[in-house]
Amino acid sequence: MTDTSATLVQGTLDMLILKTLALEPLHGWGISQRIQQLSHGVFEVNPGSLFPAFRRLERAGLLECAWRTSENNRRAKYYSLTRAGRQKLRSETKEWERQVAAIARILQTAS
Amino acid sequence: MGIWKTLSAGVHGLFRKREAEQELDEELRDYLDKSAAEKMRSGLTREEALRRARLEMGGVEAVKESVRAASWETRVETLWTDLRFGARLLRFNPVFAGAAILSLALGIGANTAIFQLLDAVRLRTLPVKNPQEIARVVFDRRGSRSGNFSTRYPDFTYAIWEQIRDKQQGFSSVYAWAPVQFNVSPAGEVHNVQGLFVSGEFFETLGLKPALGRLLSTADDQPSCASAGAVLSYSYWQQEYGGRRDVVDGKITINRHSVPIIGVAERDFYGVEVGRNFDVAVPVCAEPLINGENSQLKSGIGWWLSVMGRLKPDWTVERASAQLRTVSQSIFEAAMPAEYNASNAKSLLAAKLVAKPGGSGVSDLRESYAQPLCLLLALAGLVLLIASANLANLLLARANAREKEMAMRMAVGAGRARLIRQLLVESLLLAGIGAALGALLARDLSQVLVASMSTLQAPLFVALRTDWRVLGFTSALAIFTCVLFGLAPALRATSVSPGLALKEGGRGTTQGRSRFGLRRVLVVSQIALSLMLLVGALLFARSLKNLATLDPGFRRDGILVVDIDFSARKLGTEGRRAFSDELLRRVRGIAGVDAAATAAIVPLSGDGIGHDILAGATGDAPEDVPVAAFNYVSPGYFETLQTPFLVGHDFDEHDRLGSPNVAIVNQAFVDKFAQGKNPLEFKFRVRRLMKTSAPYQIIGVVKDTKYTDLRENREVIVYSPQAQNEEASNDAQILLRSSAPLAGILSAVKGTAIQADPDADITFYNLHRMIDDGLIRDRLMARLSGFFGMLAVLLAVIGLYGVISYMVARRRNEIGIRMSLGADRRSIISLVLRESVLLLSIGLIIGVALALAVSSAASALLFGLKSHDAATLIIATISLAAIGLAASYLPALRAANLDPMDALRNE
Repeated sequence: MTDTSATLVQGTLDMLILKTLALEPLHGWGISQRIQQLSHGVFEVNPGSLFPAFRRLERAGLLECAWRTSENNRRAKYYSLTRAGRQKLRSETKEWERQVAAIARILQTAS
Repeated sequence: MGIWKTLSAGVHGLFRKREAEQELDEELRDYLDKSAAEKMRSGLTREEALRRARLEMGGVEAVKESVRAASWETRVETLWTDLRFGARLLRFNPVFAGAAILSLALGIGANTAIFQLLDAVRLRTLPVKNPQEIARVVFDRRGSRSGNFSTRYPDFTYAIWEQIRDKQQGFSSVYAWAPVQFNVSPAGEVHNVQGLFVSGEFFETLGLKPALGRLLSTADDQPSCASAGAVLSYSYWQQEYGGRRDVVDGKITINRHSVPIIGVAERDFYGVEVGRNFDVAVPVCAEPLINGENSQLKSGIGWWLSVMGRLKPDWTVERASAQLRTVSQSIFEAAMPAEYNASNAKSLLAAKLVAKPGGSGVSDLRESYAQPLCLLLALAGLVLLIASANLANLLLARANAREKEMAMRMAVGAGRARLIRQLLVESLLLAGIGAALGALLARDLSQVLVASMSTLQAPLFVALRTDWRVLGFTSALAIFTCVLFGLAPALRATSVSPGLALKEGGRGTTQGRSRFGLRRVLVVSQIALSLMLLVGALLFARSLKNLATLDPGFRRDGILVVDIDFSARKLGTEGRRAFSDELLRRVRGIAGVDAAATAAIVPLSGDGIGHDILAGATGDAPEDVPVAAFNYVSPGYFETLQTPFLVGHDFDEHDRLGSPNVAIVNQAFVDKFAQGKNPLEFKFRVRRLMKTSAPYQIIGVVKDTKYTDLRENREVIVYSPQAQNEEASNDAQILLRSSAPLAGILSAVKGTAIQADPDADITFYNLHRMIDDGLIRDRLMARLSGFFGMLAVLLAVIGLYGVISYMVARRRNEIGIRMSLGADRRSIISLVLRESVLLLSIGLIIGVALALAVSSAASALLFGLKSHDAATLIIATISLAAIGLAASYLPALRAANLDPMDALRNE
């Protein structure tokens, strides 16, 4: 949203959400905070794209959700990875690394 | 798997909508709370933290909307909303919706139905293996043949067929066939079914398989015909035998001969004749057995077979034709009828055999119905055009009314795409309902069409299939019209600023001129086209009336034709004549029978006899011998049919074999042969099947009558006494006149016949009914074109009414001002009617020009009037003008009844 935060490459938000959830189930706010923290504030995730992404991933069978009571005794929706979600994360990570390495090689030779 | 999950989740989502919404609410609230809590930790007050959290989120509703948009069911939901909204709008305007849907349904239905029929009769190929390889052997136009012609396709004699089979090279195999009627009733009243004589190669050449038992093969079609068996069609098997599998062991009676049933043909095989369905097929070799002494096979001059075949793989129709030409002469020489004299032989040898494509079957129906159906399709197409114009008009009128609504919705923030989508859905709803009704209508309509083309004697069989291409095409046209004109308001409203549209809509007297112009063009073309259709309808109606009221020279009403076949008695010639006379005598004795006579030919039945006439008592035959139509009748024939004598008298019992030949002729005969001389002194001879008779003496002249066809010109007819006919047939064809109810007479005649011969085959029909059946094509054209014409006029009048009403509504202000300035009712009415007169006159002028330009297409189908019939044009123009003016008088009256104050105040 702000000038300092980078625009996410199309499709990478899904991968980041999956990665965040690989450690433990989290609720919406937690996921957005985790992404911000892990990226050292480079990516700031807008709820307007975060929640539709949850819906999308849930529909695709990559996420499942459960209502849990959180610290302050409020109900919160926790998302966790399904088996398909884990597989998807693995394959996406591999593909991402392959692409990044390729881009890096191009950039190195070009300079 | 993914798709399935999305789908099931979506469907689930549709049903748990409220629950899902609540969960989303809760989730987002939780998110906000957490976000605010985070911000409070850095020292903000609770209110400030919440405010910032909300700002960051960018609106709870917006997030919700984007979550909803992520799932497909939302789109279904909006579509559903649009559909409901559209349906509600249509319900609020039932007249509009009804008119639009009905005109679409009629247009689409009529076009599809007629095209289906045209396709079935004209375009479709036979239901056999590789139909494009099938070709038919026919005569080219040269030469001529004489002899005894029977069946619908009397192309060849049996001898010529054998020669073709042996000498042709272009076909891998050829077969001969002939359509006939078989009487399958074992005794009593005749029950005719559609029969086929087929040569042994028939089923194999066509590549057909049996549904049950076996089909006929060349082994069944041997001269001895020891193993003649019958093959049933699938539909006949189902209908008469209920699909019983033991029919194969059974027998069927054909013309009183028992024939074993050997099998049932493939389900979809109706024969090789389009428009007819065969019931029973037997080998050609069985013909002498079944037809007895009337056998065509045994007669050298019996023309009754049609020949078709399957081309060899590398042979074309042209090549096969060329080969047939080269062998034609040797075929005719080898199969020359023994009865032929030198001149007969010469003209036969002048002919050549050729092949022509036969993949779409043989059809006399095609010849007689292709043109009427094409014409009807064109008429139906015009109706669809008028209906589309009407629809466009209705939609445009509505579009105008909705411009303000659209502008308003734009102003409160509706997206352009959303508005367009909604209007699109509405248009599609309209077109969809119209097309669906049209499809339903097409199915019934084509059945009705087929039924109205069938007669008792020639039931029409057409394998109808819903033609999705036509339905698709016509529906696409409807949808196109709907979308194009339905979208107009959205496009217009969204292309200008809402403020301007609202302002203009608020108070405008000159706005919308361009659109109004379009509506006028539409109405003018509707009027022009409907005039054309009206002219067509009147032409066909008058033509039918001409035919139906034509004086055929004899009485049509109250004449019953009874055919009593007494072949079972196996009488000799003398015996037959005596028995026939006895039957006639008994029939005359029945109470209620006013007059009765026997005749070899029932007029207008389609049957006919032609013989050469040699003028003078002696002398050689000239090169070109004139032919006259013949009938052999008993005394009392003219009295029965009430044909008046102009000169002379009827036959009597003294005119027998051995007494001098006498004849009664009609006026046309006298005009042609006697030429001013006293006809009673004119002598002539008759040449029957190559034999010349002794001279005939004319004893009477009767009024001209129609012989085979109501449309024919004056036919030269010679009547000769039944008693002087050397051949006596095995049946008595009795015409009787009665003023009593025919049902009672019928049973009395039946009783009399059974009493005289318990084994007699009896057939009845009503002369009037039979003549009406002959007019079936004319009636079809008159009815359908009348229906289309009325429909077109109705649609055009609705269009005109709509435009004039619209004009009145638009000019309320102006009319109010005029009235307050002193204009009286008359001048207001004439103001409105002036507009309608203008539109009508332009439309009618164009319509007359169009009608004159294209009506000649119908001339071949008309009887007793020209296609450029002035009276018809004038009647059509005047009636359309009158109806149009009447329709615009209503809105004119409404305008005249306006309260000027009200009109000015209330816009």
